Amino acid sequence: MLRYLVPLGLFLVLVVFLAIGLGRDPHVIPSALINKAAPTFRLPQLKDPAKTFSAEDMRGKVWILNVWASWCVACRDEHPWLFEYARSGAVPIYGLNYKDQREDALAWLGELGDPYVLSAVDLDGRVAIDYGVYGAPESYVIDQNGTIRLKHVGPLTPDIWSQKVLPLVQDLNRQGVTK
Amino acid sequence: MIPEIGQFALTIALLLALTQATLPLIGASRGHRTWIALAVPTGQAQFVFVAIAFGCLAYSFITNDFSVLNVATNSNSQLPLHYRLAATWGSHEGSLLLWALMLALWTAAVSLFSRHLPEEMVARVLSVMGIISVGFLLFMLLTSNPFTRLFPVPIDGRDLNPLLQDPGMVVHPPMLYMGYVGFSVAFAFAIAALIGGRLDATWARWSRPWTTVAWMFLTCGIALGSFWAYYELGWGGWWFWDPVENASFMPWLIGTALIHSLAVTEKRGGFKSWTVLLAISAFSLSLLGTFLVRSGVLTSVHTFAADPKRGVFILAFLVLVIGGSLVLYAWRAKQVGLGGKFEVVSRESFLLSNNVLLAVAAGSVLLGTLYPLIVDALGMGKLSVGPPYFNLVFVPLMAPAIFLMGIGPLARWKKASLPDLVTRLRWAFVISVLSALALPFVFGQWQALVSLGLMLAIWIVTSAVVNLRERVRVTSGQLTTFQKLRMQSRSYYGMQLAHLGVAVFVVGVTMVTGYQLEQDVRMQPGDTVNAGGYEFKFNGTTNVVGPNYQAARAEIIVSRNGTEIERMHPEKRNYTARGDVMTETAIDSGLFRDLYVSLGEPVSGGAWSVRVYYKPFVGWIWGGALLMALGGGVALTDRRYALAARKEREARAVVKTPEVPAAVAASVQMEP
Repeated sequence: MLRYLVPLGLFLVLVVFLAIGLGRDPHVIPSALINKAAPTFRLPQLKDPAKTFSAEDMRGKVWILNVWASWCVACRDEHPWLFEYARSGAVPIYGLNYKDQREDALAWLGELGDPYVLSAVDLDGRVAIDYGVYGAPESYVIDQNGTIRLKHVGPLTPDIWSQKVLPLVQDLNRQGVTK
Repeated sequence: MIPEIGQFALTIALLLALTQATLPLIGASRGHRTWIALAVPTGQAQFVFVAIAFGCLAYSFITNDFSVLNVATNSNSQLPLHYRLAATWGSHEGSLLLWALMLALWTAAVSLFSRHLPEEMVARVLSVMGIISVGFLLFMLLTSNPFTRLFPVPIDGRDLNPLLQDPGMVVHPPMLYMGYVGFSVAFAFAIAALIGGRLDATWARWSRPWTTVAWMFLTCGIALGSFWAYYELGWGGWWFWDPVENASFMPWLIGTALIHSLAVTEKRGGFKSWTVLLAISAFSLSLLGTFLVRSGVLTSVHTFAADPKRGVFILAFLVLVIGGSLVLYAWRAKQVGLGGKFEVVSRESFLLSNNVLLAVAAGSVLLGTLYPLIVDALGMGKLSVGPPYFNLVFVPLMAPAIFLMGIGPLARWKKASLPDLVTRLRWAFVISVLSALALPFVFGQWQALVSLGLMLAIWIVTSAVVNLRERVRVTSGQLTTFQKLRMQSRSYYGMQLAHLGVAVFVVGVTMVTGYQLEQDVRMQPGDTVNAGGYEFKFNGTTNVVGPNYQAARAEIIVSRNGTEIERMHPEKRNYTARGDVMTETAIDSGLFRDLYVSLGEPVSGGAWSVRVYYKPFVGWIWGGALLMALGGGVALTDRRYALAARKEREARAVVKTPEVPAAVAASVQMEP
């Protein structure tokens, strides 16, 4: 009798979906901003509030915007790796200090060290909204034309760095040279 | 040394489980008595060795042995002792070990309390449980070893996730897992019966108490989890339709259906293949829940450990266990037969409708939980399914189910008369509708959903009163009403108590949804805010130092009509080892309302954002759940289980010792 096979059939369909689901990372969230111009902003710098920093300043360079905050636990995990990436000299890393207190942020960098070229202060999180920040840490690779080429939610682990970010950055730099 | 002993014990337990999973099963089908006899000792020995392994891990946590990776990542020397103990199951590896321990505990319990059952049956049941145990022990040893060492040894641990540092977390996971894993017994009985080809009323009576106990634990576990979320997460919610909550709720829904379906199979011999399917589904959903939580296919506020590599193992295991049992079901179910016939209006059909509603509800929770995954797998983008979907689907499914709860117990088996039911229940119905329409005005504002909820709750109570009165009236003999009440069976009272629990639960949900008040305000020291007729005065914060955290502790004076009734102290804690910031809410609980205060963020100059809630009847939600579980407990003490067990024991004793004269054996059997 066929009807006794129905539960088995339903279960097998479920298994197929679960199997596909296993191969996917639920943390990957597609961004509407990929291959669009990075939203412009002009924000005060963390270490020297008299100076400002703007995405416009970075025209012609490939760079990484890394969203961080002193209250963010995962940022603490990510931090030592950022040092290594910065030291490799592959690409400059700029920080976006997200919804943080200035003193806390400075104390945090004082304690753990500062891998950033500089950090911009997004006190009220307005710029983060423009960038569609989902949570800290989050990183954006932005190319010479000011276009967002990659968005990564969560810590930039060495795996992601070597498999996704570094090849992309090298690729972009090569294209820039040939242009 | 101790962690190595633990790992060694796990390996031995795996070998024992392998023996337990194979030899008795083969022995039962080939009639090898010695192989059959292996089931009980291997099952019990497996329990001993899993318990040793668990003890070793707990010991490592208690003694702060940070050379064990699991301890180093989930504990800290500053962590108080009871949380160090709870940290044993606070991690992925530890919670798997707890799972295995619970399974071994149930196995040992079955081996102890099933002496009156036929040996082949016990052997098959224990073998099936052994198969599951092999899967989990292997999973642990291959992918998630809780005893992995760490070198160099860190000076201190990274501390337990602060969310889990809570008295509720000490008891919640063991309760929940006892329930989850407990359905493995009903599952094993169903599989054993399918293999043995013996599915009858006795089978249902054997699995019923086990199912009820597992269901009680699951009910308490879910209620505790909900209560934990309520006071620990600081959002004032009690249910979030989070994938992990759903993972425990689906087996509960199916388990509830199973309890009712088993009643029909035991009393009327009906619903046999349906009952078997429910028994398989309840445990399959427990396994699926474990898969969802442990594999990381879904993100959830609860997912403390996620690793897709582990997911492949569990998925393979799921296919083997669930797929295997469904193949067996498809192959054997048609031989099971359909059981007694019944009319459209009968207790059977009311129970069947309830069963179907519960199963559909579980199905829709499953769909909602997996929908994001399915959509993603089909390449249609990312989305999340939130409470609106679940609430929209759930209320229309549960409202008729609860309405049927009032009628079912009054209907006759096999054939009932609808006009007769209407006559018997009309007053109960009129009273419920009228009071439900009027009551919301007492609370100040009429809302359709509040009326509906209250009507269902009152309906359960009034129809139960009608039922009880009728029962007393038909009980014959020159007895007082009290004596007649005492003559009703424990299982009857258990059922009514559990149904009353549903009524209490419905009142809680209805009232808190309809009438809760919420204020989210920025407060300077000295500021006041009003909610539900209470005045909350913020007195500023002071700094407090705890064992492994520092906190800002606020004082809020609650007064009503100008008289102070309570001082509440919500906290914002900063756990030093991980730097996690946690909200510690302050709750003033009462029978008819909770006052709930939690601190948001510090704003500036001593001002804080403060959330204040007035939550009417919220405690009834968990009170109702406890009553449901208590009802299960009362039903378990019913005399007929003990009587039947004694009969079967004696019947077997008679078979084994033929020298007892037949006449004596007969008189012994007839004694009760």
